[in-house]
Amino acid sequence: MNPFEYRRAESVQAAASLLSEVDDASLLAGGQTLVPTMKQGLFAPEMLIDLGGIAELRGIRAADDAILVGATCTHAQVATCEAIGERIPGLAQLAGQIGDAQVRNRGTIGGSIANNDPAADYPAACLGLGATIVTDRREIGADDYFRGLFETALEDGEIITGVRFMDCPQSSYMKFRNPASRFAIVGVFAAVKQGGVRIAVTGAGRDGVFRWRAAEEALDEDPRADALQGLSLPDEDMLDDMHAKSDYRAHLVKVMTIQAVKGALSA
Amino acid sequence: MTRVTMRINGETVTEDVEDRTLLVEFLRVRRRLTGTHVGCDTSQCGACVVHLDGVAVKSCALLAVQCEGRDVKTIEGLADGEDLHAMQKAFHESHALQCGFCTPGMIMSALDMVRRKGGDLDETTIRHELEGNICRCTGYENIVKAIRSGAQEMQR
Repeated sequence: MNPFEYRRAESVQAAASLLSEVDDASLLAGGQTLVPTMKQGLFAPEMLIDLGGIAELRGIRAADDAILVGATCTHAQVATCEAIGERIPGLAQLAGQIGDAQVRNRGTIGGSIANNDPAADYPAACLGLGATIVTDRREIGADDYFRGLFETALEDGEIITGVRFMDCPQSSYMKFRNPASRFAIVGVFAAVKQGGVRIAVTGAGRDGVFRWRAAEEALDEDPRADALQGLSLPDEDMLDDMHAKSDYRAHLVKVMTIQAVKGALSA
Repeated sequence: MTRVTMRINGETVTEDVEDRTLLVEFLRVRRRLTGTHVGCDTSQCGACVVHLDGVAVKSCALLAVQCEGRDVKTIEGLADGEDLHAMQKAFHESHALQCGFCTPGMIMSALDMVRRKGGDLDETTIRHELEGNICRCTGYENIVKAIRSGAQEMQR
């Protein structure tokens, strides 16, 4: 690993001011992507600013109709949080399928969505549930936040402090994972709400996580999984790599969507 | 360099480490606790699993400096003198190892499994929970048996 300077931030403000002073600094949350990436030499920042000690980024706060998940909450915490399991079951289900048990004990929601890996799970939950990404500067709707492969709406030096999810008892996540990496080859989040159904797909799209609008419209008219039978996705919009060809992914998105919708409707 | 203080297997240690030192390097090279292994470079094999404040983590994906003020337990911290921990005994008795390279990580993960799921573990749960630990010799059969009986023994 390339050498770097490690700093522990005591507050979000302290982290922000360090970030603004150093040209090539990076934030460290759970480090489950960052540290392996640095070990591979694919990323070599001058400074790492550890958010792990900041109390205000921790914890899960349940309000009347929404749950705020702190940026450094681990996947294990989200997967086992009782309030989330009851009020947003798809979110708990998703968090419990990320990586493996040890990774879930360290990896964080903030780290995952700041990185926005096209095969990561959390982007599908955020987009599917229409979550709000809360930063030290503003609030960003999930529809505006995810901007393509590893790209987000975050500005230079902006720090995610949490993610707010509105309750959605009828929600489900279905994942077809790569058996070696445990990343999604296709992951589909289905959220059935009064205002309409939302379908968010990760792992498959050439531009990263996306909403499958045609499926949403079909389900708005007929809220049963059967409504998806006649639909298909264009192969050319899908990722194509050694793990799965684009036509295979397109087919798999539909299969997983049907399962996710069934899961959400029976939740 | 950063000065870091942590508890390792009950002993408080303070050392100056290069910031980029991984916890697993710190344990093996500086503390000579070589029971924790490195089997891959991609955080997939689980040979390096230790407990951080009682929770299983991969010590190859964690910096030593991140462990400031925290409690680390390695495979060396389980036995009480010559008296092996119930899970270690179960691995011995079920012949749950061949080359033994993955064993420390398997045992540390097994204990985390018991912490989260209790001592009454069925085969499906154990197999599912072992997804972060790779064994290239045994085919897992005896590892699963050992975890099941070790977990039961721990309840007694």
